[in-house]
Amino acid sequence: MRLSKSFNRSLWVFHFNSGSCNGCDIEIVCTLTPRYDPERFGIKLVGSPRHADVLLVTGPVVHDMAARLRRVYDQMPDPKVVICVGTCGQSGGVFFDSYNLDGPVGDVIPVDVYVPGCAPRPEAIIDAVVKGVAKLERLEAEGKK
Amino acid sequence: MLTAVMAAVVGCIGIAVYGIVFGLFLQGIDRKFAARMQARVGPPIRQPFIDIGKLLCKDNVVPEGALGVVFNAAPLIALAASVTILLYLPVGSIMPLLGEWGDIVLIMYLLTVPALAMVAGGFASGSPYATVGSQREMVTMIAYEFPLAIAIIAIAWRLSVAGIADPFLISTIAQTSVWSIAGPFGWLGLLLLLLVLAWVTPAELSRVPCDTPEAETELAGGLLVEYSGRNLALFSLSAAVKTVAMATLAVVLFLPWNPSWYIAMAPTTAIVADALFFIIKVVLVVFFSVSVIRVMMARLRINHLVTLYWKYLGIVGLAGLVLIVLDAMLGMGVVA
Repeated sequence: MRLSKSFNRSLWVFHFNSGSCNGCDIEIVCTLTPRYDPERFGIKLVGSPRHADVLLVTGPVVHDMAARLRRVYDQMPDPKVVICVGTCGQSGGVFFDSYNLDGPVGDVIPVDVYVPGCAPRPEAIIDAVVKGVAKLERLEAEGKK
Repeated sequence: MLTAVMAAVVGCIGIAVYGIVFGLFLQGIDRKFAARMQARVGPPIRQPFIDIGKLLCKDNVVPEGALGVVFNAAPLIALAASVTILLYLPVGSIMPLLGEWGDIVLIMYLLTVPALAMVAGGFASGSPYATVGSQREMVTMIAYEFPLAIAIIAIAWRLSVAGIADPFLISTIAQTSVWSIAGPFGWLGLLLLLLVLAWVTPAELSRVPCDTPEAETELAGGLLVEYSGRNLALFSLSAAVKTVAMATLAVVLFLPWNPSWYIAMAPTTAIVADALFFIIKVVLVVFFSVSVIRVMMARLRINHLVTLYWKYLGIVGLAGLVLIVLDAMLGMGVVA
């Protein structure tokens, strides 16, 4: 895997809602507002998974979304990072053990960073992106060996 | 013969490097301006360079349903065509490399080639989003060509009426200020045409409010939806080079002044001073016709876009043309 320094300074994010209540999604939008201004670090929201480096997944993955989540994950070009935002994606949250879940997210696609919270604050989401960068740096170091 | 070929090759590579570096730098400045206007800090000026570097180390995915040859050729053609436009455009007082072989009408044709390559790439992607994006790009092209043609023809015509030889040659237009040739009516007409060209620029560059073919939220990236990695990087470079080309065209047509026209300077100093002044002019054009417009507006719906360009900007452009014709017929300004 070829990784360069520029990777960490230009993370393009694709947002996927797998059946979330929209709480986490609003916090993600809040993270992108001028108050937090993630474009300072080259982070921007893109419309197509083909352009994305980071997949932000919210929600507990309902039956209908499982196949689509896998497909979107496969559509993203490598190297990529998956960040799961919200308690729902970790454990199901308030929907734990529900009959209409295929999730949580970790059962459907491999997740690199979990952001707990219902809904997590924007600071927590930014912290998750930083941890995702740490994963990329580790991959970069391994690639050099 | 061999030296001529060598000079052409070196010149082409030089122009390509200049176009790419300056274009990415312009995009960086544009993003910084936009961020400042939204009370943000914004990305560093070199952010577009970082983005390209990143895209080059990503996987290059060719979807199964795509027509591979066209899909991969389209970004290359787009970039090559964008660089070709620059070969016919001046930098400050350095006249275009191929100025003798093509005029401003050729530039109008060349400007459509990157867009056509994007359309071909979009259709070859085999994605319904890309297909809709391609159709919209074609409609956008049809919409903005008319006002752009009016602006270019009006200026060349005014120069020809003033008895200037070869009014369509880029070097003629770049070395003659049309403002000093036109009279009061002509100035009014030129102001209208300047307005038209300022609005054609975002459409030509597919920036907000005319990014309808790419529309992230509804078309998920439109034309570019299936593009990733190296191919997407090539399209971004082509967009960057096209930014330089469009801004240079505006400078050549409407703001051709060079410091060396007014201040006596040694030839080498003059070239440097003119080039620096030229860069300032290009940045100003990008600021007013890309950054300001894209910050203050939302995306236009495709039918609104056509109405805007065909109807309103078409009328404004024709009014400008009529004023310039009146100017010449009433004998204001310079008439041969």
